[in-house]
Amino acid sequence: MTPARRNEILRNAAGVGTAVGAYALSFGALSVAAGLSAVQTMVLSLVMFTGGSQFALVLTLGAGGGWLTAAGSAVMLGSRNLFYGPRVAELLDRPRGWRRLLAAHVTIDETTAMALGQEEKEAARYAFWATAVSVYALWNLGTLVGALGATLLPDPKMLGLDAAAPAAFLALLEPRLRGREPWLVAGAAAVVALLLVPVVPAGVPVIVAALVAVAAGLRGKPVEEPAPLRGSERSEEPT
Amino acid sequence: MKWLAIGVATVVCYLFKIAGLSLPERWLDNPRIRRIAGLLPVALLAALTAIQTMSSRSTLVVDARLAGVAAGALALLLRAPFLVVVAVAAGTAALIRLL
Repeated sequence: MTPARRNEILRNAAGVGTAVGAYALSFGALSVAAGLSAVQTMVLSLVMFTGGSQFALVLTLGAGGGWLTAAGSAVMLGSRNLFYGPRVAELLDRPRGWRRLLAAHVTIDETTAMALGQEEKEAARYAFWATAVSVYALWNLGTLVGALGATLLPDPKMLGLDAAAPAAFLALLEPRLRGREPWLVAGAAAVVALLLVPVVPAGVPVIVAALVAVAAGLRGKPVEEPAPLRGSERSEEPT
Repeated sequence: MKWLAIGVATVVCYLFKIAGLSLPERWLDNPRIRRIAGLLPVALLAALTAIQTMSSRSTLVVDARLAGVAAGALALLLRAPFLVVVAVAAGTAALIRLL
Protein backbone atom coordinates (compact mmCIF):
# COMPACT_ATOMS: atom_id res chain seq x y z
CA MET A 1 0.00 0.00 0.00
CA THR A 2 1.52 3.34 -1.06
CA PRO A 3 1.59 6.36 1.29
CA ALA A 4 -0.75 8.13 -1.17
CA ARG A 5 -3.27 5.31 -0.89
CA ARG A 6 -2.93 5.37 2.89
CA ASN A 7 -3.66 9.11 2.96
CA GLU A 8 -6.65 8.68 0.71
CA ILE A 9 -8.09 6.03 3.02
CA LEU A 10 -7.55 8.27 6.04
CA ARG A 11 -9.27 11.17 4.27
CA ASN A 12 -12.23 8.98 3.34
CA ALA A 13 -12.46 7.59 6.87
CA ALA A 14 -12.51 11.14 8.26
CA GLY A 15 -15.24 12.07 5.76
CA VAL A 16 -17.41 9.10 6.71
CA GLY A 17 -16.84 9.90 10.39
CA THR A 18 -17.93 13.51 9.91
CA ALA A 19 -21.15 12.46 8.17
CA VAL A 20 -21.85 9.95 10.93
CA GLY A 21 -21.12 12.60 13.57
CA ALA A 22 -23.80 14.85 12.08
CA TYR A 23 -26.21 11.95 12.19
CA ALA A 24 -25.23 11.32 15.81
CA LEU A 25 -26.13 14.91 16.73
CA SER A 26 -29.72 14.23 15.71
CA PHE A 27 -29.68 10.82 17.42
CA GLY A 28 -28.57 12.37 20.72
CA ALA A 29 -31.17 15.13 20.55
CA LEU A 30 -34.03 12.83 19.49
CA SER A 31 -33.18 10.26 22.15
CA VAL A 32 -33.42 12.85 24.92
CA ALA A 33 -36.58 14.28 23.34
CA ALA A 34 -38.01 10.73 23.36
CA GLY A 35 -37.56 10.60 27.12
CA LEU A 36 -34.23 8.80 27.62
CA SER A 37 -31.61 10.31 29.89
CA ALA A 38 -28.30 11.59 28.53
CA VAL A 39 -26.58 8.65 30.27
CA GLN A 40 -28.88 6.08 28.64
CA THR A 41 -28.33 7.77 25.30
CA MET A 42 -24.54 7.62 25.71
CA VAL A 43 -24.62 3.97 26.79
CA LEU A 44 -26.43 3.16 23.55
CA SER A 45 -23.85 4.92 21.39
CA LEU A 46 -20.85 3.53 23.30
CA VAL A 47 -22.04 -0.05 23.75
CA MET A 48 -24.74 -0.83 21.17
CA PHE A 49 -23.02 1.19 18.43
CA THR A 50 -25.27 0.47 15.47
CA GLY A 51 -27.19 3.57 14.41
CA GLY A 52 -30.44 2.29 12.92
CA SER A 53 -31.07 0.04 15.92
CA GLN A 54 -30.41 2.87 18.36
CA PHE A 55 -32.90 5.12 16.57
CA ALA A 56 -35.52 2.35 16.47
CA LEU A 57 -35.09 1.65 20.19
CA VAL A 58 -35.40 5.20 21.47
CA LEU A 59 -38.21 6.22 19.13
CA THR A 60 -40.28 3.11 19.91
CA LEU A 61 -39.87 3.83 23.63
CA GLY A 62 -40.73 7.49 23.00
CA ALA A 63 -43.90 6.49 21.15
CA GLY A 64 -45.08 4.51 24.17
CA GLY A 65 -43.84 1.06 23.12
CA GLY A 66 -42.92 -1.56 25.72
CA TRP A 67 -39.38 -2.80 26.33
CA LEU A 68 -39.91 -5.96 24.30
CA THR A 69 -41.17 -4.24 21.15
CA ALA A 70 -38.49 -1.53 21.46
CA ALA A 71 -35.74 -4.13 21.85
CA GLY A 72 -37.36 -6.25 19.12
CA SER A 73 -37.25 -3.57 16.45
CA ALA A 74 -33.67 -2.65 17.43
CA VAL A 75 -32.58 -6.30 17.25
CA MET A 76 -34.20 -6.84 13.86
CA LEU A 77 -32.47 -3.80 12.40
CA GLY A 78 -29.18 -4.95 13.97
CA SER A 79 -29.43 -8.40 12.40
CA ARG A 80 -27.87 -7.11 9.17
CA ASN A 81 -24.51 -6.82 10.92
CA LEU A 82 -24.54 -10.63 11.18
CA PHE A 83 -24.16 -10.82 7.42
CA TYR A 84 -21.21 -8.43 7.34
CA GLY A 85 -19.26 -10.74 9.68
CA PRO A 86 -18.05 -13.40 7.23
CA ARG A 87 -16.60 -10.82 4.84
CA VAL A 88 -14.98 -8.84 7.62
CA ALA A 89 -13.54 -12.02 9.20
CA GLU A 90 -12.00 -12.93 5.87
CA LEU A 91 -10.43 -9.51 5.32
CA LEU A 92 -9.02 -9.42 8.85
CA ASP A 93 -7.61 -12.97 8.50
CA ARG A 94 -10.02 -14.51 11.01
CA PRO A 95 -9.05 -12.49 14.09
CA ARG A 96 -8.95 -14.32 17.46
CA GLY A 97 -9.30 -13.34 21.10
CA TRP A 98 -9.67 -9.67 21.98
CA ARG A 99 -9.07 -8.60 18.38
CA ARG A 100 -12.15 -10.53 17.30
CA LEU A 101 -14.23 -9.08 20.18
CA LEU A 102 -13.11 -5.60 19.18
CA ALA A 103 -13.63 -6.14 15.45
CA ALA A 104 -17.15 -7.44 16.12
CA HIS A 105 -18.04 -4.29 18.06
CA VAL A 106 -17.19 -2.09 15.08
CA THR A 107 -18.59 -4.36 12.32
CA ILE A 108 -21.29 -2.00 11.04
CA ASP A 109 -22.46 -0.51 7.72
CA GLU A 110 -19.70 2.09 7.39
CA THR A 111 -16.66 -0.01 8.32
CA THR A 112 -17.78 -2.94 6.18
CA ALA A 113 -18.51 -0.74 3.17
CA MET A 114 -15.14 1.04 3.42
CA ALA A 115 -13.23 -2.23 3.78
CA LEU A 116 -15.05 -3.92 0.89
CA GLY A 117 -14.38 -0.89 -1.30
CA GLN A 118 -10.61 -1.52 -1.35
CA GLU A 119 -8.73 -3.34 -4.06
CA GLU A 120 -6.23 -5.20 -1.89
CA LYS A 121 -6.47 -6.91 1.45
CA GLU A 122 -3.90 -4.76 3.27
CA ALA A 123 -5.76 -1.60 2.26
CA ALA A 124 -9.08 -3.18 3.21
CA ARG A 125 -7.78 -3.96 6.70
CA TYR A 126 -6.39 -0.45 7.07
CA ALA A 127 -9.66 1.08 5.86
CA PHE A 128 -11.68 -1.06 8.28
CA TRP A 129 -9.76 0.07 11.35
CA ALA A 130 -9.33 3.69 10.26
CA THR A 131 -13.08 3.97 9.65
CA ALA A 132 -13.81 2.19 12.93
CA VAL A 133 -11.76 4.71 14.94
CA SER A 134 -13.13 7.73 13.09
CA VAL A 135 -16.78 6.62 13.20
CA TYR A 136 -16.65 5.43 16.83
CA ALA A 137 -15.09 8.70 18.02
CA LEU A 138 -17.38 11.02 16.07
CA TRP A 139 -20.55 8.96 16.60
CA ASN A 140 -20.06 9.23 20.35
CA LEU A 141 -18.97 12.85 20.29
CA GLY A 142 -22.01 13.75 18.17
CA THR A 143 -24.33 11.83 20.48
CA LEU A 144 -22.92 13.60 23.54
CA VAL A 145 -23.30 17.08 22.03
CA GLY A 146 -26.80 16.28 20.71
CA ALA A 147 -27.99 14.80 24.00
CA LEU A 148 -26.61 17.60 26.16
CA GLY A 149 -27.94 20.19 23.71
CA ALA A 150 -31.42 18.69 23.83
CA THR A 151 -31.53 18.78 27.64
CA LEU A 152 -31.26 22.58 27.33
CA LEU A 153 -34.05 22.84 24.76
CA PRO A 154 -37.66 23.77 25.45
CA ASP A 155 -40.56 21.58 24.23
CA PRO A 156 -39.24 19.34 21.42
CA LYS A 157 -42.53 19.68 19.54
CA MET A 158 -41.99 23.41 19.20
CA LEU A 159 -38.79 22.73 17.30
CA GLY A 160 -40.38 20.10 15.10
CA LEU A 161 -38.14 17.37 16.52
CA ASP A 162 -41.04 14.93 16.25
CA ALA A 163 -40.90 15.43 12.46
CA ALA A 164 -37.11 15.10 12.45
CA ALA A 165 -37.35 11.50 13.68
CA PRO A 166 -39.33 10.05 10.75
CA ALA A 167 -37.27 12.18 8.34
CA ALA A 168 -34.16 10.50 9.76
CA PHE A 169 -35.66 7.06 9.08
CA LEU A 170 -36.61 8.15 5.59
CA ALA A 171 -33.05 9.27 4.93
CA LEU A 172 -31.79 5.85 6.04
CA LEU A 173 -34.38 4.12 3.86
CA GLU A 174 -33.82 6.11 0.68
CA PRO A 175 -30.48 4.56 -0.42
CA ARG A 176 -32.05 1.08 -0.10
CA LEU A 177 -34.90 1.90 -2.49
CA ARG A 178 -33.21 0.74 -5.68
CA GLY A 179 -35.46 -1.25 -7.99
CA ARG A 180 -39.10 -2.31 -7.87
CA GLU A 181 -38.99 -4.87 -5.08
CA PRO A 182 -37.73 -2.62 -2.27
CA TRP A 183 -40.37 -0.04 -3.17
CA LEU A 184 -43.11 -2.67 -2.99
CA VAL A 185 -41.82 -4.02 0.32
CA ALA A 186 -41.49 -0.50 1.77
CA GLY A 187 -45.01 0.48 0.65
CA ALA A 188 -46.60 -2.71 1.95
CA ALA A 189 -44.74 -2.49 5.27
CA ALA A 190 -45.83 1.14 5.78
CA VAL A 191 -49.49 0.31 5.03
CA VAL A 192 -49.49 -2.77 7.27
CA ALA A 193 -47.96 -0.79 10.13
CA LEU A 194 -50.43 2.09 9.84
CA LEU A 195 -53.44 -0.25 9.65
CA LEU A 196 -52.32 -1.97 12.85
CA VAL A 197 -51.79 1.23 14.86
CA PRO A 198 -55.35 1.41 16.24
CA VAL A 199 -55.59 -2.30 17.09
CA VAL A 200 -52.31 -3.42 18.67
CA PRO A 201 -50.02 -1.90 21.36
CA ALA A 202 -47.43 0.72 20.35
CA GLY A 203 -44.32 -0.78 18.80
CA VAL A 204 -46.02 -3.97 17.64
CA PRO A 205 -47.02 -2.64 14.17
CA VAL A 206 -43.34 -2.24 13.25
CA ILE A 207 -42.53 -5.80 14.30
CA VAL A 208 -45.44 -7.19 12.28
CA ALA A 209 -44.49 -5.06 9.28
CA ALA A 210 -41.12 -6.85 9.29
CA LEU A 211 -43.03 -9.98 8.27
CA VAL A 212 -43.60 -8.29 4.91
CA ALA A 213 -39.87 -8.60 4.30
CA VAL A 214 -39.89 -12.24 5.39
CA ALA A 215 -42.83 -13.02 3.11
CA ALA A 216 -41.28 -11.20 0.15
CA GLY A 217 -37.94 -12.91 0.75
CA LEU A 218 -39.50 -16.37 0.87
CA ARG A 219 -41.77 -15.84 -2.11
CA GLY A 220 -39.46 -14.17 -4.57
CA LYS A 221 -36.89 -15.97 -6.66
CA PRO A 222 -33.48 -15.84 -5.01
CA VAL A 223 -31.20 -13.59 -6.99
CA GLU A 224 -27.49 -14.22 -7.40
CA GLU A 225 -25.59 -11.90 -5.12
CA PRO A 226 -22.19 -10.62 -6.15
CA ALA A 227 -19.47 -12.99 -4.95
CA PRO A 228 -17.97 -11.97 -1.61
CA LEU A 229 -14.62 -10.24 -1.73
CA ARG A 230 -11.77 -12.70 -1.46
CA GLY A 231 -8.90 -10.45 -0.54
CA SER A 232 -6.43 -9.74 -3.30
CA GLU A 233 -8.04 -12.30 -5.65
CA ARG A 234 -10.92 -9.95 -6.26
CA SER A 235 -9.34 -7.98 -9.06
CA GLU A 236 -8.57 -11.18 -10.98
CA GLU A 237 -12.04 -12.65 -10.67
CA PRO A 238 -14.65 -11.45 -13.11
CA THR A 239 -17.79 -10.66 -11.11
CA MET B 1 -37.98 -0.59 31.69
CA LYS B 2 -35.86 1.63 29.50
CA TRP B 3 -32.69 0.05 30.90
CA LEU B 4 -34.16 -3.41 30.25
CA ALA B 5 -34.79 -2.53 26.59
CA ILE B 6 -31.30 -1.05 26.31
CA GLY B 7 -29.64 -4.05 27.97
CA VAL B 8 -31.44 -6.76 26.01
CA ALA B 9 -31.11 -5.05 22.62
CA THR B 10 -27.44 -4.19 23.19
CA VAL B 11 -26.52 -7.76 24.12
CA VAL B 12 -28.40 -9.30 21.18
CA CYS B 13 -27.00 -6.75 18.70
CA TYR B 14 -23.47 -7.63 19.87
CA LEU B 15 -24.21 -11.36 19.63
CA PHE B 16 -25.18 -10.84 15.97
CA LYS B 17 -21.89 -9.05 15.29
CA ILE B 18 -19.71 -11.64 17.02
CA ALA B 19 -21.65 -14.55 15.48
CA GLY B 20 -21.06 -13.14 12.01
CA LEU B 21 -17.32 -13.07 12.65
CA SER B 22 -17.25 -16.51 14.23
CA LEU B 23 -19.68 -18.79 12.39
CA PRO B 24 -18.58 -20.70 9.28
CA GLU B 25 -19.52 -18.62 6.25
CA ARG B 26 -21.68 -21.32 4.68
CA TRP B 27 -24.12 -21.11 7.61
CA LEU B 28 -25.11 -17.66 6.42
CA ASP B 29 -24.96 -18.53 2.74
CA ASN B 30 -28.60 -19.51 2.28
CA PRO B 31 -29.88 -17.26 -0.54
CA ARG B 32 -33.36 -16.95 1.00
CA ILE B 33 -31.97 -15.85 4.34
CA ARG B 34 -29.74 -13.32 2.58
CA ARG B 35 -32.73 -11.96 0.68
CA ILE B 36 -34.80 -11.61 3.84
CA ALA B 37 -31.85 -9.95 5.59
CA GLY B 38 -31.59 -7.46 2.72
CA LEU B 39 -35.31 -6.63 2.75
CA LEU B 40 -35.70 -6.49 6.53
CA PRO B 41 -34.20 -2.99 6.97
CA VAL B 42 -36.39 -1.75 4.08
CA ALA B 43 -39.60 -2.98 5.74
CA LEU B 44 -38.59 -1.82 9.22
CA LEU B 45 -37.45 1.64 8.17
CA ALA B 46 -40.56 2.16 6.03
CA ALA B 47 -42.83 1.08 8.90
CA LEU B 48 -40.97 3.29 11.39
CA THR B 49 -41.16 6.27 9.02
CA ALA B 50 -44.91 5.80 8.51
CA ILE B 51 -45.66 5.28 12.22
CA GLN B 52 -43.59 8.23 13.37
CA THR B 53 -45.17 10.47 10.72
CA MET B 54 -48.83 9.59 10.99
CA SER B 55 -49.62 8.12 14.38
CA SER B 56 -49.76 9.19 17.97
CA ARG B 57 -50.00 6.36 20.51
CA SER B 58 -52.85 4.26 19.11
CA THR B 59 -54.52 6.70 16.74
CA LEU B 60 -53.71 7.74 13.19
CA VAL B 61 -53.26 11.48 12.91
CA VAL B 62 -52.37 13.94 10.18
CA ASP B 63 -50.55 16.94 11.59
CA ALA B 64 -47.54 19.19 10.99
CA ARG B 65 -45.24 16.13 11.01
CA LEU B 66 -46.59 14.94 7.66
CA ALA B 67 -45.74 18.27 6.04
CA GLY B 68 -42.32 18.17 7.71
CA VAL B 69 -41.53 14.69 6.44
CA ALA B 70 -42.78 15.59 2.96
CA ALA B 71 -40.39 18.56 2.96
CA GLY B 72 -37.62 16.22 4.14
CA ALA B 73 -38.43 13.82 1.30
CA LEU B 74 -38.14 16.68 -1.16
CA ALA B 75 -34.74 17.56 0.29
CA LEU B 76 -33.71 13.91 -0.16
CA LEU B 77 -34.76 14.02 -3.81
CA LEU B 78 -32.55 17.09 -4.21
CA ARG B 79 -29.63 15.04 -2.78
CA ALA B 80 -29.35 17.13 0.38
CA PRO B 81 -27.04 15.74 3.10
CA PHE B 82 -28.52 13.93 6.11
CA LEU B 83 -28.46 16.82 8.56
CA VAL B 84 -30.12 19.15 6.04
CA VAL B 85 -32.93 16.64 5.43
CA VAL B 86 -33.60 16.36 9.15
CA ALA B 87 -33.38 20.13 9.70
CA VAL B 88 -35.74 20.86 6.78
CA ALA B 89 -38.29 18.40 8.18
CA ALA B 90 -38.06 19.82 11.71
CA GLY B 91 -38.11 23.43 10.49
CA THR B 92 -41.15 22.89 8.29
CA ALA B 93 -43.12 21.25 11.08
CA ALA B 94 -42.16 23.96 13.56
CA LEU B 95 -43.08 26.69 11.10
CA ILE B 96 -46.50 25.20 10.42
CA ARG B 97 -47.21 25.04 14.15
CA LEU B 98 -46.30 28.69 14.47
CA LEU B 99 -48.74 29.75 11.77
